[in-house]
Amino acid sequence: MHEMALCEGIIQIVEEEARRRAFSKVKTVCLEIGALSHVAPEAMKFCFEAVAARTIAAGAVLEIVETPGVAWCMACSKRVEIKQRYEPCPSCGGYQLQVTGGEEMRVKELEVD
Amino acid sequence: MSSDRIIQVERDILSKNDKLAAANRARFRADDALAFNLVSSPGAGKTSLLVRAVSDLKDTFPIGVIEGDQQTSNDAERIRATGVPAVQINTGKGCHLDAAMVAEAYDRLPWLNGGILFIENVGNLVCPAAFDLGEACKIVVFSTTEGEDKPLKYPDMFAVSSLMLINKIDLAPVLDFNLAQTIEYARRVNPKIEVLTVSARTGEGMATFYAWIRKQSSRMNAATLRAVSG
Repeated sequence: MHEMALCEGIIQIVEEEARRRAFSKVKTVCLEIGALSHVAPEAMKFCFEAVAARTIAAGAVLEIVETPGVAWCMACSKRVEIKQRYEPCPSCGGYQLQVTGGEEMRVKELEVD
Repeated sequence: MSSDRIIQVERDILSKNDKLAAANRARFRADDALAFNLVSSPGAGKTSLLVRAVSDLKDTFPIGVIEGDQQTSNDAERIRATGVPAVQINTGKGCHLDAAMVAEAYDRLPWLNGGILFIENVGNLVCPAAFDLGEACKIVVFSTTEGEDKPLKYPDMFAVSSLMLINKIDLAPVLDFNLAQTIEYARRVNPKIEVLTVSARTGEGMATFYAWIRKQSSRMNAATLRAVSG
């Protein structure tokens, strides 16, 4: 359940932004979560509601934009898309893959009042 | 009229932990201390492995151990029984160590000048993968009793680890353990992962693990020298 700790991180970021950019209510928190990151979006939504209660983000909607997993196939010398880390290269079937994208876990934007 | 507005943030959720981890890494480097983050499922034998390793290495290197568990100080006591200093962190309900906990625990260890810091993470193959502690690298301890497909079931941990130590290798014959299959699965997830087989119980393979540690140590010293002279 590290999603709990990650949600605490999100709230910290939201609170810092609220001080810096002077807003008092958050309606939507938009995250960018990569398909190969350490997060299960459903667990994240569940934890967010609990962690956000009694904070500036209480009641805010958590929107998750999922970005695809991208890897460089050393055998094919090209960029390929993968859904999971253990998947083979969709072109050659090999596993000589270097993950280059889809690991991000970021707060992308906030809709505030 | 609504006063709603959209604010662009673009900040990593783990940025606070990552910043603290970078500070830990700088401290370890200043002390010439080589830090390893040991991760595994519960019961893979991390503590038994550490007890043997620190007993064998303590005359060569200054060593400190940080032990992470939800509860009890059993593991730190097992390490201290070897004469090596250990600090126990209890995470309570927490499922992983974070960089702040390690910073605080490192303060309580004696100076590890040129030595080794072993951080034994909470037994959990999921959450600790996400948290950088400032270590030189993660070592995943996998045991022969766990089933060959663990690297596929928990790919994140094997993807972030530099070395896989396959422990309890003395039990392999009675378990019909398929070593080649395990390594193949781990390399599907992480083509660069190094693999060593050991038994913390019999000592088999431990000398090779120590040679690997010494190699990391000389690599770190070479990098420091380059940084100083460059």
